[in-house]
Amino acid sequence: MSIPRLLTMLLFVLLMAPVGTAMAQQDDGSGEKLLEQLADASPASTEEALQAIAASGHERARAWLEAYGNNRLSRVKDTGEIVIVLNNRGRDWTVADAVTGENLGEMSRRDLDRIAINNAVRRQLAGVLAMLDLYAEDPEVREEAARDLMGKVDEAVLDPLIGRLDEEPVAAVRNRLEQAVAIYRVEQEGSIEAVDVLAGSLHPRARAALNSAVASENPALKAAAQKALLSVEQKLKMNRAAETLYFGLSLGSVLVLAAIGLAITFGVMGVINMAHGELIMLGAYTTWGMQQLLPGQPGLALILSIPAGFLVAALAGIAIERSVIQFLKGRPLETLLATFGVSLILQQLVRTVISPLNRTVVTPEWMSGSLVINDALSLTLNRMYVLGFALLVFAGLMLIMRRTRLGLEVRAVTQNRAMARSMGIKATRVDIMTFALGSGVAGLAGVALSQLTNVGPNLGQNYIIDSFMVVVFGGVGNLWGTLVAGLTLGTINQLLEPWAGAVLAKIIVLVFIILFIQKRPRGLFPQKGRAAEG
Amino acid sequence: MTTFKNRLASVVLAAAMGTGATVALAQEGPIKVGVLHSLSGTMAISETALKDTVEMLIQKQNAEGGLLGRQLEAVVVDPASNWPLFAEKARELLAQEKVDVIFGNWTSVSRKSVLPVVEELNGLLFYPVQYEGEESSENVFYTGAAPNQQAIPAVDYLMNSIGVERWVLAGTDYVYPRTTNKILETYLMDQGVAKEDIMINYTPFGHSDWQNIVSDIKRFGSAGKKTAVVSTINGDANVPFYRELGNQGISSTDIPVVAFSVGEQELSGIDTGPLVGHLAAWNYFMSVDTDANYDFIDQWIEYTGDEEAVTNDPMEAHYIGFNMWVEAVRKAETTDVDAVKDAIIGVTVPNLTGGYAAMMPNHHITKPVLIGEIQDNGQFAIVWQTPSTVAGDAWSDFLPGSRDLIADWRAPMSCGNFNVKEGKCGASAGEQAKAAAE
Repeated sequence: MSIPRLLTMLLFVLLMAPVGTAMAQQDDGSGEKLLEQLADASPASTEEALQAIAASGHERARAWLEAYGNNRLSRVKDTGEIVIVLNNRGRDWTVADAVTGENLGEMSRRDLDRIAINNAVRRQLAGVLAMLDLYAEDPEVREEAARDLMGKVDEAVLDPLIGRLDEEPVAAVRNRLEQAVAIYRVEQEGSIEAVDVLAGSLHPRARAALNSAVASENPALKAAAQKALLSVEQKLKMNRAAETLYFGLSLGSVLVLAAIGLAITFGVMGVINMAHGELIMLGAYTTWGMQQLLPGQPGLALILSIPAGFLVAALAGIAIERSVIQFLKGRPLETLLATFGVSLILQQLVRTVISPLNRTVVTPEWMSGSLVINDALSLTLNRMYVLGFALLVFAGLMLIMRRTRLGLEVRAVTQNRAMARSMGIKATRVDIMTFALGSGVAGLAGVALSQLTNVGPNLGQNYIIDSFMVVVFGGVGNLWGTLVAGLTLGTINQLLEPWAGAVLAKIIVLVFIILFIQKRPRGLFPQKGRAAEG
Repeated sequence: MTTFKNRLASVVLAAAMGTGATVALAQEGPIKVGVLHSLSGTMAISETALKDTVEMLIQKQNAEGGLLGRQLEAVVVDPASNWPLFAEKARELLAQEKVDVIFGNWTSVSRKSVLPVVEELNGLLFYPVQYEGEESSENVFYTGAAPNQQAIPAVDYLMNSIGVERWVLAGTDYVYPRTTNKILETYLMDQGVAKEDIMINYTPFGHSDWQNIVSDIKRFGSAGKKTAVVSTINGDANVPFYRELGNQGISSTDIPVVAFSVGEQELSGIDTGPLVGHLAAWNYFMSVDTDANYDFIDQWIEYTGDEEAVTNDPMEAHYIGFNMWVEAVRKAETTDVDAVKDAIIGVTVPNLTGGYAAMMPNHHITKPVLIGEIQDNGQFAIVWQTPSTVAGDAWSDFLPGSRDLIADWRAPMSCGNFNVKEGKCGASAGEQAKAAAE
């Protein structure tokens, strides 16, 4: 195996590191020679060239390896000089001298020849870099590196790894390294003690090793492995269930976010607003706009887009209410058609003014990746934030509806308009405020969705049906109903998906809702009392 | 009243002049080139660039003195991503505008809708997009890839160079992914892959909740065998898919994804961060290192006036198709459809990747197959390519019904689906599309 050979070489280098660096500084030609060797290498000799770089201990060796892995190592066609491409956008690229790191300015793409890398070589590189990381200061980096090494251990690297194991101060990292070694022991030596090390591990590689042990001839080993596997399978099942639940809640939170604004405009006010999806879209485009205004700070832009998205969508909502909906009070069919028209206008407006192409919304660093609970269960961060955000928005809305004057007035107006007006409530003003609130919340949904799906002119269309579905299922006019309905539908969908497939799961959910509405036309939480008559 | 009189007069005049005179008249006017690409609706994202490409190529040809001493003129119509409208617009182009050739279509369903019209009115259509094969029409020239020019070489690459043993075939739920996956499944099983090592998954258009599927793929890939995903997922559903892969910690070195529908145009609208290292198979990449390609890019950027404008595979297909048609017209010395149709077989023109494309008797062309890795600048770094070009196969050898069919439009066979076992020719592609629609 080539990876371990490389790793041993590297370990050797690391031990000799101080000496190596000193040598590299003395001999200036060495860097160029190493890079030349890599650039001229045939597929068969690439590995040798990499080894030479790893063994050189040159101070910039790591920078070269990383640039090579990222397709950034290039050669100038005329001079043969090797450079690292710093910026590879457009026709002229910024480059730096590979050996010295000195910035050489811009160069035409035509004059550069990329030093090719393929996936096999990249895997070797990843192993080398993981091995380097094993010596990093940060224990988390070390743990990650040890995790990467699981299943990649071989005879050549075993001894150095065990050596490292003894020096490692952090228990978690040591645990990982032990498992990495144990996988090798189980697979190669049939060691029964090693099986015990793997017994608690949920890592797929550990399970694969145990599975191979179950198939072995040795009865003692077989029994031990079977026992270990049994407990692993049990744990995996639990984790699987937790994962599905998380998926369901996460999809549900998206549905709740998309529908909750509608629960106000449609549920409370009774306005069928087909342009609701486009209000969501406006919120998403606001996020994009914010990121354009604050380049390089996607996180700050995202946070600022929460109030901005609310405002933009609320203002658009007011414009729609004043220009269309107020004239169609009590005529649901006309409202439906008119707002459908508005939705088409908004879509085309975005197509014409911004672009028919999707816009890039960057996910901030702190929202990408996942929270690792264990090897079998990790919760994706972006969805976790969206879940939390949905609950916050819901709580906020509940507060407004229950605890503020506006909420009181809204409830009064929707229950009995004439009576409320005679009590001195300005019904028109309440209408505007309510519609603005519902629209603003749609804008908030857009801000959140920009992190999960594509921001384009069709964004709203994808959510309008789902939104109505959730509101109707939950019971028109009931915010709690919307929350429960959204989370329920999300979970049902995710439970069905593994065995029914994405297409069929959607259909089954729809059929379920149709049947449910037949049985209970007013949804999960029907309005009671006088409001129900209106 | 006057208009009626005028019209009457012109009809009488035309009748008096007779057919010979009209032909002579037409010869002096410009050569009309029909452009049938959606400029609005969902497909506008992809098709607008193709319309611009054809217009650019016409402009260049005119600047070089036109064709047969005549100028070229683009006739652009907008079928608005509406499949039946494609047929109407094709009829308009052929019957009313009397165009000499059409460059157009993107989706297979729009092509099927146009087929009967193009065959009935004996037009010429150049179709520039990779497709599922299983078709060869007398009047259509397929300058995009057939499955054997994209899907199968990509799978070969994964199998031989990366050592993949377990396969996820993920696609959007419509005809191209379903046919391609059927071909790939048969091909993989022929290569000795066990049925339980193949997982097939379909999702609706624009799918955005990939949690469960990605988690399934992760589990499927953790069985100890090297796993890869072959993706025929269409359009922008790819973005949340790749994002979910990244978030669940699946890197391109663990489980590489090779996509057939993700190109530079699609990448230009998204954050490529989570996609880096994943693969795509095409016959052209913007990053191809040849002077012909750099000149084409310069020309394109100049034409669009957008420094960020990207080129992609279907644009190259139009470039090749247009040049082939020009060559064939020169060879035939006329734009007459039947003459051009015969003349174009065997025509060879340079492609943008440093080789040549030849029109085969089955109306498909020869293409190199390239595998590229997505980079952080939205471009592809080429990691592998076929040593020579591959000829497009209209009828796949890996589907039971099409194994025995061949297409050869040279006389005396002149058939798009000749059954070598039964020794007879089936119904034309247009008739079949019509029958399928009814």
